[in-house]
Amino acid sequence: MIRPFRRVTLVVFGMFVALMVASTLIQGVFADELRQDPRNVRTTLQGYDVRRGSILVAGEPIAESVPSGDMYQYKRVYPQGPLYSSVTGYFTLNAGRTGIESAMNDELSGTSGSQFFDTLNRIITGQSPQGDSVQLTIDPKVQQAAWDALGDYRGAIVAIEPSTGRVLAMVSKPTFDPNSLTGTDGSAVDAAYQALVDDPGKPLDNRAIAGDEYHPGSTFKVVMSASALSTGSYTTESAFPNPASLQLPQSSAVITNASGTQCGPGDQVSLLNALVLSCNIPFAELGMSLGRQQIGTTAQAFGFNKDLSIPLKVTPSIWPTLQSDAQTALASFGQEDVRATPLQIAMVSAAVANHGVLMKPQLVDSVIAPDLSVRSGFSAEQWATPVSPQVADTVRDMMVQVVSRPDGTSHLAAIPGVDVAGKTGTAENGPGDPYTLWFTGFAPANDPQVAVAVVVEDGGSGTSYDLTAPMGKQVIEAVLNR
Amino acid sequence: MTDSARSHPASTTPPRSATEHAPVAVPKPRRGRNKLRDLELVLVLVACAINAAAILLVQLGAGAALGGMQLVLGLVLAALMVGVHITLRFVAPGADPFMLPVTALLGGLGIAQIYRIDLAVGLTGWDSTANRQMTWTGISLAACILVLVFLRNHRVLFRYTYLAGAGAVVLLLLPLVPGLGKAENGAQVWIGLGPLSFQPGELAKILLAVFFAGYLVRNRDSLATVGRSFLGLRFPRLRALGPILVFWLLAMGVLVFQRDLGTSLLYFALFLVMIYLATGRPGWVFIGLALFVAGALLAGRFLPYVQARFDNWLNAFSDSAYNATGGSYQLVQGIFGLANGGLIGTGWGQGYPDVTPLSQSDYIVASLGEELGLAGLFVIFGLYLVLVARGLRVGFAGQDDFGALLAGGLSFALALQVFIVVGGIMRIIPLTGLTAPFLAAGGSSLLSNWLIVALLLRLSDSIRNRPRLVIES
Repeated sequence: MIRPFRRVTLVVFGMFVALMVASTLIQGVFADELRQDPRNVRTTLQGYDVRRGSILVAGEPIAESVPSGDMYQYKRVYPQGPLYSSVTGYFTLNAGRTGIESAMNDELSGTSGSQFFDTLNRIITGQSPQGDSVQLTIDPKVQQAAWDALGDYRGAIVAIEPSTGRVLAMVSKPTFDPNSLTGTDGSAVDAAYQALVDDPGKPLDNRAIAGDEYHPGSTFKVVMSASALSTGSYTTESAFPNPASLQLPQSSAVITNASGTQCGPGDQVSLLNALVLSCNIPFAELGMSLGRQQIGTTAQAFGFNKDLSIPLKVTPSIWPTLQSDAQTALASFGQEDVRATPLQIAMVSAAVANHGVLMKPQLVDSVIAPDLSVRSGFSAEQWATPVSPQVADTVRDMMVQVVSRPDGTSHLAAIPGVDVAGKTGTAENGPGDPYTLWFTGFAPANDPQVAVAVVVEDGGSGTSYDLTAPMGKQVIEAVLNR
Repeated sequence: MTDSARSHPASTTPPRSATEHAPVAVPKPRRGRNKLRDLELVLVLVACAINAAAILLVQLGAGAALGGMQLVLGLVLAALMVGVHITLRFVAPGADPFMLPVTALLGGLGIAQIYRIDLAVGLTGWDSTANRQMTWTGISLAACILVLVFLRNHRVLFRYTYLAGAGAVVLLLLPLVPGLGKAENGAQVWIGLGPLSFQPGELAKILLAVFFAGYLVRNRDSLATVGRSFLGLRFPRLRALGPILVFWLLAMGVLVFQRDLGTSLLYFALFLVMIYLATGRPGWVFIGLALFVAGALLAGRFLPYVQARFDNWLNAFSDSAYNATGGSYQLVQGIFGLANGGLIGTGWGQGYPDVTPLSQSDYIVASLGEELGLAGLFVIFGLYLVLVARGLRVGFAGQDDFGALLAGGLSFALALQVFIVVGGIMRIIPLTGLTAPFLAAGGSSLLSNWLIVALLLRLSDSIRNRPRLVIES
């Protein structure tokens, strides 16, 4: 009977080892991830019991915990309310959390791995727990300019610094006041939350990085130009046939330019003129001869179909799997199933601005411990190199002409004395639906300080030409004037 | 010792002489000091001190004042604990010195955690689960003393093999009797006697182990006879399959009629392990496991509640399972609690264990894991391991097969119960309704597990005393 006993003893040990492994996985390896789950009410409860760290912009709190004077120790307040809601997100008792409040929760609540020894120290010394503060890369002046520029339109604006990837502004409208969700009166918060969920304007969506995404329309022509030039077989002067309408192969679809006419005079149109005048037909022809493979490679190098967290989760923009030349032709001017977030389009401009090097967009500048020491600082990160410096600079010069030439579609973005590069876009969404209006660009062209993307969903009678280009200009000016 | 040294013809008598059945003369306490018992006394006092410190920490953490009731109950418990120790000095001087203090410590940690959650939800007096748990611990300790005093020789149990089997079946059927049975949390495993409710299945566990041990010692030769071999394993003869089919049906009955997956698994695995210990034939285990898996799969297909358990296990974090009624909310919240505790825990009173449903009973381990962290859980696992290992040791060194088999079965039952409960909480296996031995709030479970400890203490005493008795007689 000794041998079976030995084996059963081994089985018993095996069972306990399994338990130890499982508990180590839950409490050690995946603990941070589990803490971040928005359904984890403990994390939220903790935020109301411990002094949660502040979220700072240029040293000023845009979210902070103050003593609440009721059964909870602290409550969360957002001094600027809706202005920063797309960045901060909200922090509720019962409805989870979003934005930086969610993504940086471990640091804010003081439970991240880097605070392990602090936690241990606090347990031993009996101090009450306190979280770290998170300083953002957002520039308050640029954020305010973006907020004002967008006005009451439905849409989003993102501005990033091309050389570092710092996100300078991020606005999404319509939005909400996070203060309405942070009270300790559960039913009032629930009612406010439900009202936001039911609102047809979807104020809880962060359109800048994670809304339903948009057809990029003509802004995608920047990617197309970069893709063509990268092959080495095209130059800015490469010529394309210039009909007034084009029947797509194996399809009944007929496409036209936005003007409904030829793209400028002559039988042929150059790549440069096609971009400046934003014509669809030459780009459809270019797309079909480049092939969906080559365009896809370039688009993905710019970040399409890739996961990104800044550390807010960014919905990947979509370069679809295309079945036919007709689809490729439509995708070539940002229609078909091509989808993009405003951040993605800003990243395209930023990569062109930064000589082909795409820096990883980041929202967090530094994490600051309660004793004001910096726990982790900002370090710029190279994320991808979608095009060569030569190609990037050529595309840059093309984009400058889009703004500087009087017949360029983006000339309303021009700023006297500064070379601005830009591109507008007007995407169709289906019969009867309003157009999606775009602008993206950067400035100054020789030493880019900012790359921006603007999207408006409900421009009414406005066009990208007269609505979004001036919005982009306002944001660029805010950066150049600071 | 080898197998052959202890082999014996299949008979109705246990090994060694039948004359030893009657309560044998109690070995007189040894002259001089009993070092085992001295060690035990020191460890019991240490355990009581740790338990008192635990209650104190809960007080500090939750910022509440110590009630007179806890103080009185705590002192009574400490006294009873020492009482068990003194009883052992007289009636089982050779018993294992680690079992009592380890069990006392587990029980104390459980009470501290239960008390902490009482404070969070504001229960006091006799509404307080902790006070009731302490009372039940007192009753269990008294029962433990009674068993040790009146059961001087474990081999008396061998005589009542079939009575124990019949008793187990009756206890299992009780909750199904109309008017007596009560369904709680979906499982039909309780009986109500006025305001009290009891889980007879917990006691049935012990009777089943006694029955299995007796039955297997009597019949193991026919069970061990090898039939044909298949895939490199030698399987038992077909006609010897009768008993395993009977117990499979019993386990499936528990699953179907009492809707209690965990208990069903516990009984059946207990039977399989004991048949393996008795015969040394792994073939039995494979046949049994195949039968159980087949049964569970069928049940998963046709019984909605079993199917829900599997869904909640596999897709715990999906929104559909999480938001469903009877879905994975509890499982996920328990895991969130554990994650919230992290490596060193939040400290008593600093976590939110009461967010998880049943945080004092089924989910006590998640509550402990949240506030004491991974470190605390490892200590608890270690305590269980010591207890189980000391029990299995009786099997290794046991003098008679019946005692060895009983000790092995009871120890394994404890270990398996821990695995089923904690494995369910940690998503290794589907969640079931079992409770963690000694930790979880619940009188029936506490009483039956303390009775197991009493039996193990008695069995461990027989290792040391038997040879001396033989010499004396």
